[in-house]
Amino acid sequence: MPVRLRRTLLATALAGALAATSACGGETGDSAGSGKTTLVIKTFSQFGYEQLFAEYEASHPNISIEEENIGSLGDYLPKLQQWIATGEGAGDVVALEEGILSQFMANPQHFVNLFDHGAAELETNFLDWKWRQALTSDGNKLIGLGTDIGAQGMCYRTDLFAEAGLPTDRKAVGELWPTWEEYLATGERFLAADTGAHFFDSSNGIYQNILMQQGDHTYYDTSNNLVIDSNPAVRTAWDMTVDMVEAGLSANIEPWSPQWNAGFKNGTFATIPCPSWMLGTIEEQSGPENADKWDVARVPGDGAVRGGSFLAVPTQSEHQAEAAELVKFLTSPEGQIAAFKSKNNFPSSPQAIDDPAVQNFTNDYFNDAPVGKIFGESAKALQPVYLGPDNNPIGDRVSNALVAVEQDKLSPDEAWKKAVEDAKRLVN
Amino acid sequence: MTDLRPRTAERTGKNSDVTPPPRRRLGDFLGRMDAKWSPYLFVAPFFVIFGIFGLFPLGYTAWVSLHKWSMGGSGTFIGFENYVELFDDPDFWNATINTLGMLVLATVPQLLIALVLASLLNHGLRGLTILRVGVLLPIVTSVAAVGIVFSQIYARDVGMVNGMLGLIGVDAVDWRADKWSSWIAISTMVNWRWTGYNALIYLAAMQSIPRDLYEAATVDGASRIRQFWNITVPMIRPAIIFTVIMSTIAGMQLFTEPLIFGQGSYAISGGSLRQFQTLSMYMFEKAFRDFEYGYGSAVAWMIFVLIMLLALINFLIMRKGK
Repeated sequence: MPVRLRRTLLATALAGALAATSACGGETGDSAGSGKTTLVIKTFSQFGYEQLFAEYEASHPNISIEEENIGSLGDYLPKLQQWIATGEGAGDVVALEEGILSQFMANPQHFVNLFDHGAAELETNFLDWKWRQALTSDGNKLIGLGTDIGAQGMCYRTDLFAEAGLPTDRKAVGELWPTWEEYLATGERFLAADTGAHFFDSSNGIYQNILMQQGDHTYYDTSNNLVIDSNPAVRTAWDMTVDMVEAGLSANIEPWSPQWNAGFKNGTFATIPCPSWMLGTIEEQSGPENADKWDVARVPGDGAVRGGSFLAVPTQSEHQAEAAELVKFLTSPEGQIAAFKSKNNFPSSPQAIDDPAVQNFTNDYFNDAPVGKIFGESAKALQPVYLGPDNNPIGDRVSNALVAVEQDKLSPDEAWKKAVEDAKRLVN
Repeated sequence: MTDLRPRTAERTGKNSDVTPPPRRRLGDFLGRMDAKWSPYLFVAPFFVIFGIFGLFPLGYTAWVSLHKWSMGGSGTFIGFENYVELFDDPDFWNATINTLGMLVLATVPQLLIALVLASLLNHGLRGLTILRVGVLLPIVTSVAAVGIVFSQIYARDVGMVNGMLGLIGVDAVDWRADKWSSWIAISTMVNWRWTGYNALIYLAAMQSIPRDLYEAATVDGASRIRQFWNITVPMIRPAIIFTVIMSTIAGMQLFTEPLIFGQGSYAISGGSLRQFQTLSMYMFEKAFRDFEYGYGSAVAWMIFVLIMLLALINFLIMRKGK
């Protein structure tokens, strides 16, 4: 599931809706006469499981699998809440995107504890932080197993870097910015060369990136208390981002807007933090005329990941044991490698990341960059971060405050105050 | 029981010995039932469907709005606490002001232009049919398409409007950064789309005005403009009331245009400082983004109350003006 977050692809959404309606009759249960158990799995975007389903059905003759896919995450989420809230329609396995997962963690009773189905021994199959995201804070309940992650690198325009007198080789570029301070310094050097381009697209991605590297929690502590104004990690990430905005590095272009799309083609910004699922977007928007102008380097600081998903078994499922088995199969290192081969969904299992299929994976649009290797290192370097229930809505409010700084509508101090107040108001 | 129905035969005095066959009684009964209940049956489908899809959700939303209802399912009953919180919520009032502001910016010019357009179309112009179809064209365009195109026209870096402003030496405007600029941009979309529709309603009303009124006015020496204000406008008053109420309701529910104009992953907030977040956007954000269904429902009910209030004010003004 490349988290093509919130980009409403009308066509896929329609196709998904059609698939969902046509599959409506396929209620969970035993298909008549055959004695087979039908497992319904709900997914969004593309998980790349078709091959795996066929394999599983072949090795489990009394199981048949029905995938009900909804094209965009934005269309999927309201439906998912509806299924969970009404206790009906969620099928046997549901895909959970990490944002919604952290919200559901406050209500874990809606999902089957996978520890009851022998998941405990699978811990080493997952990156530590990924495993912990679906684990309740008391460590007694595991509600999901990880599928893919948005392992992230820093994409940059070699032509603009060359024009600004900066190195263009991805290794040398990575060495320009071991830390975010040095990324800022590089940005200032870039601006001094006056290429007409900005250094990055918007403060949003940068801020998220820095924040996730700051420590083991962000807006919430592990007991779900709001600590946005007392956690130095948040303030550090904020200040660092504001410094970059004030240095003029940001192009102040809303991600996923038409201007942003055009920005790739026109070279409006020289770098952009790029999760694995964004490479396709960059290629598509930059077009063939810009082939080989983009490359991927490591991110400043220690690793970065944006987005990712889980599979979980809702308690409303009538075939919980069978469903849990299927989840274990799909999220196994082998399952993740197959999904990577099918749709380039980057695995969350260290074994899968080390697999040659991932390690040797290069992207020819990006100068044959060894993206499998770069993203793999980035994902492994990341330390676990605890996200609280309203992590996403709070994050939205903080990014809006940063945009207000970019637009010069608020001073950094006013914006910070507003972000904190908004977060407090939301949580109360 | 006696059949009290007056019989034609008796009244005319002929064939008074003929009694109606007993089977008629059942027929009478059915006939009466038919006359009494059929009309209800004929209109029933609307009311049944309205009950299921209109009334029930309305009531259910009210019920939900009295709860702290989140993703975990039906929550605890908290009475009017959501409403109390709402009255103290600056984002709610901000959304109310935005909605009303854009309502004025979108409705007033729209209806005035529609009036002028209609009166032009009402008089002889060349290619009348083409023009009449032309004014209706925007309404068949999808809102999403309108939103996308206008968002590009009002883009900061590469937009057409900023390009044209540049020609006359005005600095580029970041249309999304301020209230006034974003309101203008969004109102333009609404006006563009709905002016023709209203013009057509006015035109239909104008065509039913008797010609001799104008002729008499012309004989009395009244100018075209005088005729317009003193004959046309009063004569199409019902149409004006209708369009004002309809535009008010539509304006209060403004959603798609500002949402598409907003762009990006958090477009529902209507700008970095909620410069153009409307009430329905705020409702959606609360219910489906923050997953506070109870609070979202309370916002929904406030929209309903506000629309009723505005409709009432419209109505009173119009009645008084009579």
